[in-house]
Amino acid sequence: MRQTRRDFLKTITRGALVTALPLGAFKFLSPREARASVESTKVRWGFLVDTFKCVGCGFCVKACKLENEVPYDTPVTRTWVERYVILKNGRMLADTPMGGRDGFTDPKVQEEEINPKDIAKGFFVPKLCNQCENPPCVQVCPVGATYQRADGVVLVDRSWCIGCGYCIMACPYGVRFFHPVYHTAEKCTFCIHRLVKGMNTACVDACPFGARKVGNLKDPNDPVTQVILNQRVAVLKPEYGTKPQVYYIGLDENVR
Amino acid sequence: MDVYVHGLEWTLKELFVYPNEFIYWSIQIVMYPYMTGLVAGAFVLSSLYHVFGQEDLKDLAKFALVFSFALLIVAPMPLMFHLQHPMRGMEVFFTPHFTSAISAFGIVFFSYSIIVATEIWFVYRKFFVEQSMALKGKEGLVNRIKWLIYTALTLGAYDISPEALHKDEKAIKILAGVGIPVACFLHGYAGFIFGSVKANALWMTPLMPVIFIMSAIVSGIALCMLTYIIIMEWRKFRIRTSKKPWEMTAEEVGGVELDLMRKTSKYLIGFMIAAITLELLDLVFRGYTAVKSWDILRSIIYGKDFVNIFIKQYTFGNLIPFIMLLLPRPTVKRLVIALSLVLFGVFMMRWNVVIGGQAFSLTFAGYMHYKIPVIPHNMQTFKEGVTGALVIGIMPFVLFWGINKIVPSLKYK
Ligand code: SF4
Ligand code: SF4
Repeated sequence: MRQTRRDFLKTITRGALVTALPLGAFKFLSPREARASVESTKVRWGFLVDTFKCVGCGFCVKACKLENEVPYDTPVTRTWVERYVILKNGRMLADTPMGGRDGFTDPKVQEEEINPKDIAKGFFVPKLCNQCENPPCVQVCPVGATYQRADGVVLVDRSWCIGCGYCIMACPYGVRFFHPVYHTAEKCTFCIHRLVKGMNTACVDACPFGARKVGNLKDPNDPVTQVILNQRVAVLKPEYGTKPQVYYIGLDENVR
Repeated sequence: MDVYVHGLEWTLKELFVYPNEFIYWSIQIVMYPYMTGLVAGAFVLSSLYHVFGQEDLKDLAKFALVFSFALLIVAPMPLMFHLQHPMRGMEVFFTPHFTSAISAFGIVFFSYSIIVATEIWFVYRKFFVEQSMALKGKEGLVNRIKWLIYTALTLGAYDISPEALHKDEKAIKILAGVGIPVACFLHGYAGFIFGSVKANALWMTPLMPVIFIMSAIVSGIALCMLTYIIIMEWRKFRIRTSKKPWEMTAEEVGGVELDLMRKTSKYLIGFMIAAITLELLDLVFRGYTAVKSWDILRSIIYGKDFVNIFIKQYTFGNLIPFIMLLLPRPTVKRLVIALSLVLFGVFMMRWNVVIGGQAFSLTFAGYMHYKIPVIPHNMQTFKEGVTGALVIGIMPFVLFWGINKIVPSLKYK
C-alpha cells in the first residue's frame, strides 16, 4: 500500500494528538489553579490600617489574644502595636512591650529617657499577618500544614504541623510563632471564623478609633477597596516580593 | 500539655525586636548540617579511591564508607530533637510538599542510604560469604547467631568466583560514582534550606549550598582521619602492652598510619582552600554591594560575632590547622590537634550561619542573643541545649562501634 505524503502527515498528527490528550489530563495543577476550578473566588480579604488614627491603646491586642486563645500573659501575639519615636537628629527608637497589649504608659523608649523637646515625630503602627498573595511561609512548609485559602487567608493546620519552624523563619514580617499550648505554628488568621459569618475581626471591633478595617478587595464598592484604590497607601517590605495585602495609610519610611 | 513559649528561655533580646521573634532554630539545627556534612564528606573520601582510583586512600576508603553509614543513621536525629512534634516527623515522607526544601529530605536521604548500604554490601559480600561458610555447623550460641547474621547478609549470593567478584568491583565503582553527586546534593540541599530563606539577610545567597558542600567535605575528611588515628593509636597501645605476638609491630602500624595521613591531608588542604575562598567571596561581595541589610550584618560580623567568626572560625578553625598541616614532617600529635581544630572550625561555621543568622532582628534595628542551655531542667532545655548536642555528637561513634563488629572496616584486608 502506497502512502501519500498527506496521509502520512495526517497519521502523525492524529498520533500526536492521541498521545498528547491523555498526557494533558495528567497536567499538574498548581494549588491555586486547582482551587480556582472548584471554589468561587469572589472574595479576597484585605486589611486597611490608618496609622493616623491609632493611639496605641492596645485594645486590639487584648481582644485578639482573648478571641483566639493565645495565652494572655505570654509575650507572643497574633497582632501587636509598635511605637516609633523619631528624634530631631534623625535617630529612630521603637518598642512594643508585650506587643503593646497594655498600651504605652512608660515614657521611656528602648529603656531610654527621652526629652520631649528632642522628638521630631512619634506614631503607632499596628501589625498583623499580611495574608500575602505570594506567601513564602506556605512555600517552605515541608508537609503542607500551612496553606492559603481561595479568599487569600493563610492558615495553619494544627493537626498536621510538625513544628519545624521553617515558616517562622520564612516570614519577613515576624508574625509567626509557636503556640504556647499546641506547639504548632501560629499566626493571625484575619479571624476567618468570624469573617465567614459576616462579622468583623476581633481587632477591628475592638478598635475605638477605627484605625483598623477589613474588607473584600474583589468588591470595588467595599469601603476598604475604595480607599486602597483612591488614596495613597503603602504596604510593608514590598522588596521581598510577598505581595502583602495589609495596606497602610500614612506609613513612614522608618517603619520596620 | 505544657504551656511554654518556645525560645523564650534562651533568647536575650536587645533594642527593637518584634514580639514573636526568638531563636527558634537552636543548637540542633547547627548539629543537623554538621552531621549531614560529615556524612557527605566521609562518603566523598571513600569515593576518591573507588571512583578515581586514588590508590593511596585504599585503606581509608573502606573505613570511611562504613563510618559514613553510621553517620548517616544519625543525620536525621537532630531534626527529630528539633521538631515540636517529633511524632509527626513521618509526615515529611508521607505528605511531602515539594516547594519546600525540607520535604526533599525524605527522598534524598533514602536514595542516599540505599546507595551507601548497597555499596557496603558489595564491598563486603566476599567477607559475608566466607564468614557464613566458616561458621557453618559450629557449636555455641554466639557462633550460631553470628552465622545467622552473616548468612542473612549474603542475601543468598554465594558466588565468589573471580568473575563474580570482578562484577562486584564494577558495581562498587558505579555506586560510588552515583553516590558522589547524591552526597553533594544531600548536603547542598541542606545549604539550600538556609540559602533560600529570603527573609533572612545573612542566609540568602546562592553560594550557600556550594559553601556547605565544600566545608562538608572538609569536615568529613577531617573526622575520618581523626577517628582513624585514634583507632590506630589504640591498636599500637594494645600491641605494646599485650604479651601475645601481633602480625605487625607498633612501629610498623605507626609508619602505615602516618604515611596514609600525610597523603590524605593533601586532599583535606585542597578542599579547605576551596571552602575558604567561597566564604571570603561571600563576605567581600556583601560588603561591596552593601544592600539595605549590610548595616546590621556588619554590626554582627565585625561586632557581636567577631570572636566567633574571625577568631574561632577563621583563625583557630582554618588558619592555624592549615599551617600545621602544611608544615613538613607531620607527627601524630600535631595531626590530632590540627584535625580537631578543623572540625571545630566547621562546627563554628555552622554555628555562625544558623545562630548568627538569628542574631539580628527582622527589624534590622535589634539583636537577639542565644544563651545556650547547659544544664537542662526540662525537655526543652535538654533537647536544645549542650546535652542534646552531645548526645547527637556521640551517637555516630557508638553506632560505628556496633556496625564495625559485623562489618570490620579496619582489620579485614
Ligand atoms: S505575613 Fe508572614 S505569615 Fe502572613 S502570609 Fe505573609 S509570609 Fe505568611
Ligand atoms: S512549623 Fe508547621 S506550618 Fe510551619 S513550616 Fe513547619 S510544619 Fe509547616
